Amino acid sequence: MDNGMEEAGNIMPAAVQESKAAYDIIKERFGSAVSEFDANPTMPFFEVVDTSKWVDIALFMRDDSRLKFNYMACLSGVDYPEQNQLGIVCNLESIGHHTHRIAVKVKCQRDGGSIPSVSCVWHTANWHEREAYDMYGMTFDGHPDHRRILCPEDWTGYPLRKDYQVQETYHGIKVPY
Amino acid sequence: MQELGKAELNSTRIIRQNDNRVVIEKDLDTEYMVLSMGPQHPSTHGVLRLECITDGEVVVEAEPYLGYLHRCFEKYCEKVDYPGIVPYTDRMDYLAGMNTELAYCIAVEKLLDVEIPRRVEFIRVIVSELNRIASHLVAIGTYGIDLGAFTPFLFCFRDREHILNLLEWISGARMLYNYIWIGGLSYDVPADFKKRVAEFVTYFRPKALELQKLLTENEIFVKRTKGVGIMPAEVAINYAWSGPMLRGSGVKWDLRRNDPYSVYPELDFEVPVPDGRFSDIGDSLSRHLVRAWEMDESLKIIEQCLDKMPEVEGFNSRSAIPKKIRPKAGEVYGRAENPRGEVGFYIVSDGKSTKPLRCKARSSCFVNLSAMKDLSKGQLIPDLVAIIGSIDIVLGEVDR
Amino acid sequence: MSQSPSLNTWSEALSGFYIGWLPLGLLIVAAIPLVFIALYALTYGVYGERKISAFMQDRLGPMEVGPWGLLQTLADILKLLQKEDIVPTVADKFLFVIGPVIMFVGSFMAFAVLPFGPAFIGADLNVGLFYAIGIVAFEVVGILASGWGSNNKWALYGAIRSVAQIVSYEIPASIALLCGAMMAGSLSMQQFSVMQAGPYGFIHYYLFSNPIAWLPFIIYLISSLAETNRAPFDIPEAESELVAGFFTEYSGMKFAMFFLAEYGSMFMVSAILSIVFLGGWASPLPNVGGLALNDLTSGPAWGAFWIIMKGFFFIFVQMWLRWTLPRLRVDQLMYLCWKVLTPFSFIAFVLTAVWEIYK
Repeated sequence: MDNGMEEAGNIMPAAVQESKAAYDIIKERFGSAVSEFDANPTMPFFEVVDTSKWVDIALFMRDDSRLKFNYMACLSGVDYPEQNQLGIVCNLESIGHHTHRIAVKVKCQRDGGSIPSVSCVWHTANWHEREAYDMYGMTFDGHPDHRRILCPEDWTGYPLRKDYQVQETYHGIKVPY
Repeated sequence: MQELGKAELNSTRIIRQNDNRVVIEKDLDTEYMVLSMGPQHPSTHGVLRLECITDGEVVVEAEPYLGYLHRCFEKYCEKVDYPGIVPYTDRMDYLAGMNTELAYCIAVEKLLDVEIPRRVEFIRVIVSELNRIASHLVAIGTYGIDLGAFTPFLFCFRDREHILNLLEWISGARMLYNYIWIGGLSYDVPADFKKRVAEFVTYFRPKALELQKLLTENEIFVKRTKGVGIMPAEVAINYAWSGPMLRGSGVKWDLRRNDPYSVYPELDFEVPVPDGRFSDIGDSLSRHLVRAWEMDESLKIIEQCLDKMPEVEGFNSRSAIPKKIRPKAGEVYGRAENPRGEVGFYIVSDGKSTKPLRCKARSSCFVNLSAMKDLSKGQLIPDLVAIIGSIDIVLGEVDR
Repeated sequence: MSQSPSLNTWSEALSGFYIGWLPLGLLIVAAIPLVFIALYALTYGVYGERKISAFMQDRLGPMEVGPWGLLQTLADILKLLQKEDIVPTVADKFLFVIGPVIMFVGSFMAFAVLPFGPAFIGADLNVGLFYAIGIVAFEVVGILASGWGSNNKWALYGAIRSVAQIVSYEIPASIALLCGAMMAGSLSMQQFSVMQAGPYGFIHYYLFSNPIAWLPFIIYLISSLAETNRAPFDIPEAESELVAGFFTEYSGMKFAMFFLAEYGSMFMVSAILSIVFLGGWASPLPNVGGLALNDLTSGPAWGAFWIIMKGFFFIFVQMWLRWTLPRLRVDQLMYLCWKVLTPFSFIAFVLTAVWEIYK
């Protein structure tokens, strides 16, 4: 990546150009459902504006022979308190087909917001989405096993939200130290 | 014939037959037993709990429950500044601290865009490959224990001790090193370090062979692992398996080659994948074999690094470390090949603060373990143990 | 070697030593094996296992208590005696308590028919071998009682596995021993040793004098590992699978009783193996020309020495295997028993019969 950036100067590094090419295919298919491409050199990404299309986009990205994003490296939940939104960031790439990689952002309302689950597209999203729910509290529609994963079932609050207040006691045990 | 009623879990049927006789039929009924395996169990490698529904010895379904070791690493990260996170990363995968530190530092360095001295890069590669061998030794040794072979475990720990001594010598700690810093290292390596690492490499080669003869080529060991817990490559990719797990399924995917970082592009090493001669591709034995082969490759890498590492007079390993680590606003997903697979850090910086807005750790074990439910269906309890062992989980990393 | 005759005369003199009507000398001679059993099983079997495993694993083993850690096992027994004796509230108390007792008694009752010398045997039953096989199998009851009585799922798994395993392996083991019985023409344990004693030492052992004997010998060696729940057949107590199998819930002395019973039956099967196929107390040394090694090394004291040494040798083999091999899976274990060992034991049975008729 460092090398790529040295060469780059004003033009995009090779890795970002690949992502851009992949993005163009998606944009061509889904049009306004996806946002403009953010060609930053460290993690090029685009955002899914119409979240109801997210599963379709995911399936297209996984199965289209030009894209073949069959490997979801990471799915991170993120809190955007300024926009009053929660979101997920998915880092996708293709194993055995192409060398491109891209990140996808999906956002939802902070309170009671929901994002369609892509655990049917990538199995690995199952636990990642459970973790995001556990830590941020957005729900994933159509998730087969929508439970907390790291915190106990009866934990209150979502620990990674910026405004999280830890509960005083848990089953009579003092929590904050 | 007419069915009149059912009782007792459908096992009893009362049937009126055509000649008006009433017959009560009862099946020989068996019940499923719920077996809680863990969090205190010798072979869940820590505090994993598997809730197994068993039919005799056969596991119908095993549901993993995590979180017994959850420390909310990601919340800590939002409270401490960038260099302060490094010690916490050690505590994720405590068997491969150097590798996790390296992954984190790579992520932050991508944001910072700093030039790393070549000597630092080579030292980083040497220590992380040493740590990879140490980690694989634990994986192989405990896998032996899972299958009832106790002696290989102690052989592994004897050899691992030499690596831990080396790493303690350079960093001052045996497991939680805090050695690789953003932009540099906490200290340069001591004098004679090269010599002692070279001595270790010559010492370890025959020991690895001995281990292979004792465990990997053992008929019973092969019988226990071959064909157990087969994961097809397609499904493995879909589960985002990485590291030896993915390579065990026959996918030649190694971040050191496919998303190269540090000085790995300059080094000559193989990415071992099973070819189906010794094992069924994707089974527990393949994953074990990949780990065993990787130790050899790591030795090769270390030897090359010892040759190529530049000697610098009065070298300051902290020279490239920025005075104030405050990356420009942006996001990055940086990752490295850990002994257990891809460890990645998704970091969001707002450009103003010295603390990350968000630091998500993508844990290899967490992802690898997520396939457990699929893998465990219909296995015998001893096979379940063999599968958990082959996944090689470190609960510190799963729960973070 | 020259001390042997004097040792023999000494022990014979001791046997004839009476205080009034009390055969004190005989009691002392009789006590020697019992003391040996206690010493061996309670302390030095465990100590030996630790030291042997340590040797194989490139470490030292116990070194702190006493010279070379010789007193370590005594310290362990003290520790176990002081431990709280926990009986789980939901356990079936009667079965829970009786389980280890049955195992312990069962494993040590078999010692009654072990001939420790030409003159010494606890009970020279004419069905000694039959009795020994039966008593070793008696342990199953103790295992099932403790596994079921613990009211623990892991213990239940262990108990059921164990019963399935021991009962299955009884068959090849018994048939293999039956081959030996056919060679000796007797079931008396004493008779086995008498038949295999002779001036040419080990040449008279069935293992060497009978061309077929190696087959039942190997079959019994393997089956005996399974019967005593030793690796690679330690499936009932497979620690990485079933925590500790049928004794998961036991603590303190009850736990120690399982432990001692295991070492007791380890010696028992080793002794049976050496009596049936390797001549028991008969000296392995041959008379070579004028050097009457065999005569020199025979006698009551030497007899006890030889059988204990042979027993120890097979215990060493058991430990050696334990610290080398991984564990088999349940189905593989049953496969080995029913599809490999049992057919081969029948073949051995027929071959032995043919050999005995036409030799």
